[in-house]
Amino acid sequence: MQTPTLFALLLLLILVAYGTGFSRALSAARSRGGLRNLASLPSYHGLFAALWCGLPALLLLGAWLIFDDAIIRFMVMHSIADKPDTIAGQNLLYAQIQNLSAGHLIGEASPQLQSAAEHLNQLRSNANTLQAFLILVLAVGLGAFALLRFSPELRAREKVEKVLRVILITCACAAIFTTVGILFSVLFESLRFFQSVPVSEFLFGLHWSPQMALRADQVGSSGAFGAVPLFTGTLMVSAIAMLVAVPVGLMAAIYLAEYASKRVRNVAKPIIEILAGVPTVVYGFFAALTVAPFIRELATSVGLQASSESALAAGLVMGIMIIPFVSSLSDDVINAVPQSLRDGALGLGSTQSETVRKVVIPAALPGIVGGVLLAVSRAIGETMIVVMAAGLAANLTANPLESVTTVTVQIVTLLVGDQEFDSPKTLAAFALGLMLFISTLVLNFIALHVVKKYREQYD
Amino acid sequence: MSTMTLDAAERTESARSELTGKKVAVSQAEVRKTVGQPFSDTAKLRMRDVNVFYGESQAIHNVSLDIGRNEVVAMIGPSGCGKSTFLRCLNRMNDTIEGCRVEGELSLDGEPIYGAKVDVVPLRARVGMVFQKPNPFPKTIYENVVYGPKIHGIASRRADLDEIVENSLRRAGLWNEVKDRLDKPGTGLSGGQQQRLCIARAIAVSPEVILMDEPCSALDPIATARIEELIDELRENYTIAIVTHSMQQAARVSQRTAYFHLGHLVEVNDTETVFTNPEHELTEAYITGRFG
Repeated sequence: MQTPTLFALLLLLILVAYGTGFSRALSAARSRGGLRNLASLPSYHGLFAALWCGLPALLLLGAWLIFDDAIIRFMVMHSIADKPDTIAGQNLLYAQIQNLSAGHLIGEASPQLQSAAEHLNQLRSNANTLQAFLILVLAVGLGAFALLRFSPELRAREKVEKVLRVILITCACAAIFTTVGILFSVLFESLRFFQSVPVSEFLFGLHWSPQMALRADQVGSSGAFGAVPLFTGTLMVSAIAMLVAVPVGLMAAIYLAEYASKRVRNVAKPIIEILAGVPTVVYGFFAALTVAPFIRELATSVGLQASSESALAAGLVMGIMIIPFVSSLSDDVINAVPQSLRDGALGLGSTQSETVRKVVIPAALPGIVGGVLLAVSRAIGETMIVVMAAGLAANLTANPLESVTTVTVQIVTLLVGDQEFDSPKTLAAFALGLMLFISTLVLNFIALHVVKKYREQYD
Repeated sequence: MSTMTLDAAERTESARSELTGKKVAVSQAEVRKTVGQPFSDTAKLRMRDVNVFYGESQAIHNVSLDIGRNEVVAMIGPSGCGKSTFLRCLNRMNDTIEGCRVEGELSLDGEPIYGAKVDVVPLRARVGMVFQKPNPFPKTIYENVVYGPKIHGIASRRADLDEIVENSLRRAGLWNEVKDRLDKPGTGLSGGQQQRLCIARAIAVSPEVILMDEPCSALDPIATARIEELIDELRENYTIAIVTHSMQQAARVSQRTAYFHLGHLVEVNDTETVFTNPEHELTEAYITGRFG
């Protein structure tokens, strides 16, 4: 039986289990005079039966699909007497057997291969039958078991909710374990990188030129992995972005929350949030093709040297991208300030701007600081705009009109194209990723700390 | 003199009803016409024919009332009768509510309260307000009190501010409890202390009138008694209008009591008269607990 058919059959069984459980509970309730005499509602009895019927069978099916091939391969290879020693040779052999069993192999095959292919086919069809049989038996058996356990006193709701809780916990854990997994993979690759490049050179070196010799006699390819120019570039672009986004976003939020009439607010807020929906790649070519040339012309007209890709262009556009982030977070926080505080300030004769400056903003400050720090981590991690508009040259400069490069841009360039995965050039990407990860973590930590500190002071 | 003005008010009211030709309105106006003594010879606040609308619906109908100098006027009535709305007209706090419209003549010492030329900022400095829920700013006790004086430029030197803080807190009866922790957040005080802090904050800008919108509704009986005592002391220097749900409180703190019903001012009289010998049957029904 094919897996999709099996799956459909399983779903049908689950439905039947649900329906049977439901109707049994309903008829039990009827004979006892009302739903009040059941320990749980009929729908919970239905779910109870459906979960018993479906969950173990589905888990088994999943496990089967994952381990099926590996087990069959192990059994086939085990039956072959003279295997090649290398893994690559074994892979090749197994691929031949697979092709033979599917009838793809052209030409004469050795009898040993023929018998192995037959063995494979045999195992596959056996496995298929076994799979369908086991799963259906499991589903029917456990479903029947659940239905047999039915009694009006059965506390089906508690059991169903326990299972649901386990499912929810599993989902939450999946997210956490993924994060931990990413962290460890980045960490271990970085450690490999630091075996060939010293940590001190990476952290404090002023020169970035990640070229490694592919052959021993290659010329002009001595690698330099000083990441300071990347960090300063990231910092400069992010700082420019925050200089744009924080004042504009905050003031827009104040206007929307405190001054705008309901009608203006209802129109303006969605429009601002459209900015957040623009894909970053669109911002990127807007920065590269519109803003950067404009800045260069402007700079040239006042007699300044500006490169065609500049930190200023990337920073400005990134700032525009972050505006809705800052404004919508601040807007929420400002709206959460109780009206009674505004009334109190106005009742003392404050003007509206005094009320905003001296009462509303201080009360909303923890939230605003938190929002701004989140925006900073976004700016640091933003990639597409800087790839297109900031440039690739790792200049160590404080001039925003020059082209700079950022950590994210370098990660992209290091990993684009054909790469050796054990050369320091590729591994450097992981080290840079680790730095990004750590700095974002520190920022989030500070944000939480700031928020907590102000909370304690105010509440 | 006051009776004469009352007659005049009645006449304009019935004349207006006749003009619009609404018979129902006439009879309603007769039921709800204000009885008693709404006017005062020493009026600090003077309101004539005040109508308040929230969008299309009318919340206050033709209310005329004087609040005398150094007098405590209590406003009572069932929920939704418009007493808070009326109170908020007196320092134009209704301006902050979208769609709220106020008609009629309101004046403070003869100067109009509403009008294009009137600046609400000095008005609110003269007519302070204490709200239903204590609403200290999320700042220190000291900063809460000096907030008003600072924004109005009454004082800026540290010594002057210190003096204002001590005076205001003393008059609000809070000084002894908080003098050692002026730099602690005002939000850390108990409910009753917070409300007294809000009163101190209102006093600090030396207003002439203090409006109180159910100032004790969130407080326990002991804190309530403390605030009532305070209101009595404040009467020497300020004119006070207080909205309250507690008739006992109105009886304890006020000299005159105004009874509101469904947006109409039904009766205004000496507090003693209202609670012992009400003129209007609605007032009687309310104070004897038949509704409300």
